[in-house]
Amino acid sequence: MSAALATSELGKRYRRKWALSGCTLEIPAGRVAGLVGPNGAGKTTLLHLAVGLIEPSAGSIAVLGEEVAGTPAQLARVGFVAQETTLYASLSVADHLRLGAALNPRWDTDLANVRVARLGLDRAQRAGTLSGGQRAQLALTLAIAKRPDVLVLDEPVASLDPLARREFLQGLMEFTAEHTVTVVLSSHVVADLERVCDYVILLAQGRVQLRGDVDELLSTHRRLSGPRRDAARLPASQEVIEESHTDRQSTLLVRTEEPVIDPSWSVEEVSLEDVVLAYMGRPEVEEGLAGINR
Amino acid sequence: MIEFHLDSRSGVSPYMQVVQQVRHALRLGLLREGDQLPTVKDVVARLAINPNTVLKAYRELEHAGLVAARPGVGTFVTGSSLADPAISAHGPLRRELRGWIVKARHAGLDEESIEALFRDAVRSARIEGVA
Repeated sequence: MSAALATSELGKRYRRKWALSGCTLEIPAGRVAGLVGPNGAGKTTLLHLAVGLIEPSAGSIAVLGEEVAGTPAQLARVGFVAQETTLYASLSVADHLRLGAALNPRWDTDLANVRVARLGLDRAQRAGTLSGGQRAQLALTLAIAKRPDVLVLDEPVASLDPLARREFLQGLMEFTAEHTVTVVLSSHVVADLERVCDYVILLAQGRVQLRGDVDELLSTHRRLSGPRRDAARLPASQEVIEESHTDRQSTLLVRTEEPVIDPSWSVEEVSLEDVVLAYMGRPEVEEGLAGINR
Repeated sequence: MIEFHLDSRSGVSPYMQVVQQVRHALRLGLLREGDQLPTVKDVVARLAINPNTVLKAYRELEHAGLVAARPGVGTFVTGSSLADPAISAHGPLRRELRGWIVKARHAGLDEESIEALFRDAVRSARIEGVA
């Protein structure tokens, strides 16, 4: 399957500081990809590069096999919901829909109307007086009624309360179920993405630390706990990602392709959050983070 | 029609939870031959989960011969192969287990210890190839 988004040694420098560097990745078409990482990891920079709001300082990025924002046709195929859901405060809901219809060649009027009706939005109400959840839903409506092939969302649920967060993700997932689309969304809260993403990219200190199919990551990582043991004495097939020891007990998070059969270990499955946090806690990543904060 | 629910603290992946809930419903006779599973769109809109998760779960159930997809119509239960032998054994096994739990309580074990012991026994039986 072809890549919806592909970067090679992509970098972005602001003055002397690299916000993103040596970033090489591919997001397969048709996936819902979660971009995770701590604040300041370069997530927003990468997404802004993907939608053409900024230009790379190094390397290259292609969306749907083409140069980003190279042509109007390419722009029409990419939808974007910015972190501060960008709406016009003094324009009404209906104004926004008219604007969307006028500006987007592939505008889906039915989809927009059905969504607005179902969300119970008052078409005459000004965007500035909508609740946070309603604003996010309107911004999502505008982005998906554009009928994009790639939909990019920057921290879409960060500012929403739990109920609005769930409703937003329900709307987003319903859209992906009905249309062929690649979604890339960022969040610094992994738990928000656990259910909706089938692909994950961990960005830290401006670099990709981990990426892959979520099911594959979950099936190849295990937490082992048992009597204290030196991690160096594990089978070669088990790569230790995270370890902690007390004087009697060892707890390890390992990556392994094979089942763990050693009966002295208690073996547990891990969540996506466990895996991501383990990789974020690796010494080389933490040292790098400390370097950035200095 | 069954409704799926997800336990985010169970440590079991959402896809596996969907598979297990269908198998569980078949085993208990809550789903029977000819019953339709919820559409992917319905599950996704209800649980706010990735459509591929539901598709993968349904595919696995199809491979296991428990359901069949009719393109454009939906996914239907094909057989209740899970129900028959298992369910008749449930009653006696449950009674024996109850007796065992009473014994464990008399021995001073609390619920957590009982569960830990049970899980450990299942695990070691698996390793020894008994179950």
